[in-house]
Amino acid sequence: MESATFKVWRGDQEGGDFETYDVDLEPGYVVLDAIHKIQAEQATDLACRWNCKAGKCGSCSAEVNGSPRLMCMTRVEDVAGDGPITVEPMRAFPVLKDLVTDVSWNYEVKAAIQQVTPREPDFEDGSWEMNQYDVERPQEFRKCIECFLCQNVCHVLRDHQMHAEFAGPRHFVFAAQAEMNPIDVGDRVAHLRDDMGIGYCNITKCCTTVCPENISITDNAIIPLKERVVDRSYDPLAKLMGAVFGSEKG
Amino acid sequence: MATPPTALPVRRSFGQTMRTDAWWVQPVVVFTVFTSFIVYSTWAAFQGTFYWHENLLSPFYSPEIWGASEHALMERSGAPGWWPGFLPYSPAFLILWAPVSFRLTCYYYRGAYYKAYWPGPSACSVGTPRKEYRGERKFPLIIQNLHRYALPFALLLLVFLAYDAWNAFWFENAAGSKEFGMSVGTIVLTLNVIFLSGYTFGCHSLRHLVGGGIDLLSRRPIRKTAYDCVSCLNARHMAWAWTSLLWVAFSDIFVRLCAMGIWTNVRFF
Repeated sequence: MESATFKVWRGDQEGGDFETYDVDLEPGYVVLDAIHKIQAEQATDLACRWNCKAGKCGSCSAEVNGSPRLMCMTRVEDVAGDGPITVEPMRAFPVLKDLVTDVSWNYEVKAAIQQVTPREPDFEDGSWEMNQYDVERPQEFRKCIECFLCQNVCHVLRDHQMHAEFAGPRHFVFAAQAEMNPIDVGDRVAHLRDDMGIGYCNITKCCTTVCPENISITDNAIIPLKERVVDRSYDPLAKLMGAVFGSEKG
Repeated sequence: MATPPTALPVRRSFGQTMRTDAWWVQPVVVFTVFTSFIVYSTWAAFQGTFYWHENLLSPFYSPEIWGASEHALMERSGAPGWWPGFLPYSPAFLILWAPVSFRLTCYYYRGAYYKAYWPGPSACSVGTPRKEYRGERKFPLIIQNLHRYALPFALLLLVFLAYDAWNAFWFENAAGSKEFGMSVGTIVLTLNVIFLSGYTFGCHSLRHLVGGGIDLLSRRPIRKTAYDCVSCLNARHMAWAWTSLLWVAFSDIFVRLCAMGIWTNVRFF
């Protein structure tokens, strides 16, 4: 493949449209390479956010041919078809300029979630005894690079724009990481139900599909948290058991 | 919650997307297969005939609590006395509510049929048709949260289906006694209970109940083992869901056609 045509969304909060660029390719080009080449040779004012170019910083999230992807991990030959390759900013967040969106809302939501609240240390030096088996479950969630592709693809945020009532998959992963931590004694169930709106999730698994870190967001984070909410809120038998025997968290 | 962002992009209308792949294939396939299954299983349940053949009993009718076949727990013709006279009766009506409620509230199926029927959304990154969205927080979908209450009935059904599979290994000989053997029907009903077990034992709610709700599972070896086993099946929950759904329908078709004399239950030994 020697060249490709890109349609890149250009604009800001006032509006914008796609502009077409023909790009000469080199072997192994990823979409971010092509965007940088457009920046260097054809549109020096084209704005895009990037940093590591290795799929680890989560900065270059965008929509390539309509699917949320990291531009640095998307090879041009994998998305090239008969027509031009479209590149546009994430649609669940306000556009700042061109491909750059304002994702600061996510940091505010995250700040409101109770961090890991450790129990009293097991040893005098202030450390805890932890079994590797128990650590591995929340460890999966720590792979998250905060690219917010899962937030972007979630229809509750993307289409229904319910940012005021729904925290989104990224934050359920963050809450799960704390909630399932073996030394945690915190309680996030009411926050998950009332403030983070976990009940809005209807298990479309789109978040899991787009995660570049292959975190099983739906199966390992959201559904287990939903089940914990069910224990406390909807299941009369579990509520009764909890009242009599206490929480089974530990 | 944090202050919601303003100046979000304009919502895309129903079906609008920049995706260039055949995103519509999956919801169309799911819609077609689900609808076909619902139509066939409803028809089969209403028949009330041709649901057993010798040592084979259709899984749509198992356990046959009250019916005319030799498989029935209470072998009686006609409907039970308490059954409303104005309603048609079939032994399937007494048990089908259990698998239906289990599958209807299943976490995997929820996502699949929301996409195929709702559609909310039809596929990832494709515009949804409606502006208002209530999710599973309000009636009626809040009922989905009680999936775990359908689980014991689904597990109980497996006991009866396993018995049916075992029964399919035993054939009546000329002397009128039972002898061990194997036929195509034996394999069909055995695979049926295996596929249904793979689906039921991989349930997300079961995964939570056996150990998912505990953060220090390493201290509970029995529950840890159970959690690992359920997690193993849960990782392929979608595959088990589809395989078991299609096979249970095929099992009924097999028994029905054998009972009607159209197919023969070939015996290997």
